[in-house]
Amino acid sequence: MPTPKPKPKPKLAVIKLASCDGCQLSLLDCEDELLAVAGALDIAYFPEASSRLLKGPYDVTLVEGSVTTAADRERLAALRRESRLLITIGACATSGGIQALRNFQSYPELARSVYAHPEYLDSLATSSGVAEHIPVDYELRGCPVDKSQLLEVLIAALHGRAPRLPRHSVCLECKRRGVVCVTVAHGTPCLGPVTQTGCGALCPRFSRGCFGCFGPSDTPRVQALAPVLASVGATDTDVARLYGTFNVGAPAFGDEHRVRLPVVE
Amino acid sequence: MTTTRTLSVELLTRVEGEGSLHIVLRGDVAESVELRIFEPPRFFEGFLRGRSALETPDITARICGICPVAYQMSACGAVEDALGITVSDEIRSLRRLLYAGEWLESHLLHIFFLHAPDFLGYSDALAMAGDHPERVRAALRMKKAGNALVTAVGGREIHPINVKVGGFFRAPEREAVRSLAPELAWLRDEMASCIDWLASFEYPSLSTDHELVALRHETDYPYCEGRVVSSRGLDIAVTEYEDVFEEQQVSRSTALHSVIRERGGYVCGPLARLSLNQDHLRPAARDALKRSGLKLPCDNPFRSILARAVEVIQAADEAAALCARYEPPAACAVAVPLAAGVGRAATEAPRGLLFHRYELDDSGSLKSAKIVPPTSQNQKSIEDDLRVLAPELARLPEAEARVLAEHAIRNYDPCISCSTHFLELRIERQ
Repeated sequence: MPTPKPKPKPKLAVIKLASCDGCQLSLLDCEDELLAVAGALDIAYFPEASSRLLKGPYDVTLVEGSVTTAADRERLAALRRESRLLITIGACATSGGIQALRNFQSYPELARSVYAHPEYLDSLATSSGVAEHIPVDYELRGCPVDKSQLLEVLIAALHGRAPRLPRHSVCLECKRRGVVCVTVAHGTPCLGPVTQTGCGALCPRFSRGCFGCFGPSDTPRVQALAPVLASVGATDTDVARLYGTFNVGAPAFGDEHRVRLPVVE
Repeated sequence: MTTTRTLSVELLTRVEGEGSLHIVLRGDVAESVELRIFEPPRFFEGFLRGRSALETPDITARICGICPVAYQMSACGAVEDALGITVSDEIRSLRRLLYAGEWLESHLLHIFFLHAPDFLGYSDALAMAGDHPERVRAALRMKKAGNALVTAVGGREIHPINVKVGGFFRAPEREAVRSLAPELAWLRDEMASCIDWLASFEYPSLSTDHELVALRHETDYPYCEGRVVSSRGLDIAVTEYEDVFEEQQVSRSTALHSVIRERGGYVCGPLARLSLNQDHLRPAARDALKRSGLKLPCDNPFRSILARAVEVIQAADEAAALCARYEPPAACAVAVPLAAGVGRAATEAPRGLLFHRYELDDSGSLKSAKIVPPTSQNQKSIEDDLRVLAPELARLPEAEARVLAEHAIRNYDPCISCSTHFLELRIERQ
């Protein structure tokens, strides 16, 4: 009996927009699993890791980075067409990243503050997540993403199921792990009650407050957290800064950042 | 009559981030060489204004996922300089340990995953694993040891959370750090056993005349401290950096080019560091340097892979020693009373010098920020190298010329994320 021809491996693409490279590096940081990943998937397009660049269509496309240029915005439709599953990885691709702080400022002034010749730049006035432009199959949170969550997303994609990842808050994660509450015990402002877990309550375990790397949790009760933050002495400026980082482009965090910002005279 | 040929490559690969190269060859002379950096600008220096100085380690880390520790260390150093703060010896040692971990992660990634495939003719390390499975498996294990070190001290391997101005949020636990020592010692020895293999690579010939720039400390191989020195006699305090170096904006690039006033381009990174600090190498690294056959100062950037290998041994050996005698410090951070001031710091990122300058108001909020990443300092020299290689590029068939040009760029392990995006390599021949 002839041996059946082996089924071709699903093709993986890794795409970068405006970002720091950290989320795609997470894939290369899976030292124990990398060879197995390469055994299960054909890494067809991953410029950071390989000079072998195969054309689409791709079975799984991971997109890192936010949309900040007209060229990238225009590239997305084609990318969607050639990707069976399109998954965003990290805070930039999901909510615009820290560069979404520009959405809360005067863009021309910001550009002038860094570049003597802003006219040379091809840059949009806003930074946005990929799902604002094209349909996305799954959004993996984190700044950076968590390695084991990234592997879970890839395994789920290979098996045609939804990734099984928690949506609850960092606060609940602390309770489960028996981590002492940094706000109650030390008076440290913490976004744990409104931030999605994925880090394993990393910052509270290091005696610092959560600063929101994984973005808003399911039904984040930002208004309820406000008096708690105030009770430990956080001023409006402190709160604006706390929400104004890597997930400031997520509405729950961005709205609170905006209302707490000092009024510019 | 001159023959006209056009060569094009769509995307430069195996570098961190994306950008483009444009070479116009007339005969065997490069009429123009432009490394184009198209990374969408993210305006860090703009949105840092008005932020608390205490936020700078976390915010600037996001400039680069490959070398976040470098950004955190330069940020802490600049704020501490502005406020006149000095940290304890224990904190200094923990910072060296964390920085060593980042060098290990970054250098091992570059040596085995980004650069070695060029010498051996593979598209990537996974293809290389087909013929050299043990080599790639050992490389993964070595890289994992570097990641474990950053995780133990910093909390996680990418964008560590444990660093703050003045020190650390929490002292790593004694056993968590001490238990790393055997694997780091193994890493050092494993890398030492790779030196002969690396030295046996066929190195393209290239002779350059770059001024080499690095930090130099009185006693130690430089991470966070020292004066800025060069192979042409420059020797200044970090506070004088801006008197000597300046940034220029060019139309083709969102990265600002850095030059030495009235002298032009220069090179920072492993070859420069090693050339200017070889007397501070630990015995294991000195031995590896000797066996590598690398002559210092080295004028052939293709040999930078050997300098990285020596630095891996240096970092692993020092880290193993620091881990083996680690005791958690009683105080893991010094107090940071905020005040107005101007502060500067330079540290040695894996790719070279990383300079930060901040101006603080009396509440400790930033009035201005200036950041000069290593790749924008090396960019001009990368272009110069391609100009020197022009006769060779002109002689080679298209595919090989493309491979050689990309290889020459990878010599600098350019971190285009620190400054760039879409690298499209196009060679035009006229």
